[in-house]
Amino acid sequence: MFDLTGQVALVTGASRGIGRAIAEQLAAAGATVIGTATSDKGATAISDYLGERGCGMALNVTDSEAVSGLIKQVESDYQKIDILVNNAGITQDNLLMRMKDDEWQSVIDTNLTAIFRLCKAVMRGMMKRRHGRIINISSVVGTTGNPGQTNYCAAKAGLVGFSKSLAKEIAARGVTVNCVAPGFIDTDMTKALTEDQKSAIFANIPATRLGEPEEVAAAVVFLASKGAAYITGETIHVNGGMAMI
Amino acid sequence: MSNIEERVKKIIIEQLGVKEEEVKPEASFENDLGADSLDTVELVMALEEEFETEIPDEEAEKIKTVQAAIDYVKAHSQE
Repeated sequence: MFDLTGQVALVTGASRGIGRAIAEQLAAAGATVIGTATSDKGATAISDYLGERGCGMALNVTDSEAVSGLIKQVESDYQKIDILVNNAGITQDNLLMRMKDDEWQSVIDTNLTAIFRLCKAVMRGMMKRRHGRIINISSVVGTTGNPGQTNYCAAKAGLVGFSKSLAKEIAARGVTVNCVAPGFIDTDMTKALTEDQKSAIFANIPATRLGEPEEVAAAVVFLASKGAAYITGETIHVNGGMAMI
Repeated sequence: MSNIEERVKKIIIEQLGVKEEEVKPEASFENDLGADSLDTVELVMALEEEFETEIPDEEAEKIKTVQAAIDYVKAHSQE
């Protein structure tokens, strides 16, 4: 039910953190995994940890031509893309009163517009094969809001509406589109927090700890599997109980 | 009937699951042949593959009838 043998998965932002855990677990479930990173160094690191089970490629997700070029290359090298995981994301936090246009725009470009491009690029192949899984990594703050993150929260909430609409468009073709919304996960993004900030956050997390990247990846593998064929337009929250939606 | 016409009609019959006699030149995919917007997108994809051409989105949106499809392919086909 959860075996992915013979499937080809593309994971953006796979060099570290949640993306890496997703790539590793998809590979462990039997999929061939192509992971992307913004730099050649990151791509090499992905190739190293995936070994025989896939490879890393450099990709700037905001570069429209690079996106369509990479999708074409993967489809020619591996014949198809069954699973697309849009994980790459950035933050550029600032209070709205202080937020610059480019801080707003870069987060919207990377966290939302890039997903539109990637989905569009894989759609043709998935529709033709009558099979596909798109999993977009949203965030709990897309639902709850977070001060200093109007740009990030707008993009992450946008992903949910985007995914529901696309899910309705292509459900009849055997392609599902879902979101996984992590809470506070132990990655480089949260390592920057001070102990004081962490204890304040833990006060709002019934599980009283940060989540592990593997715990997010497990939800992604489930949605990618045959077992989740009838789930579409849904968001799975992985947040230790901090927001029950 | 030219070869291109027959090939276009064959693709329409296969993609939309309609009968040959329904595929009249003036027939609209959405109004007469029961296609939804996604069926029309897939039909254009099938035409692109059959005739090894790329149909830009703004052109694809104008292909709404059997005749429009035949005309487009005739005008742009390499053959």
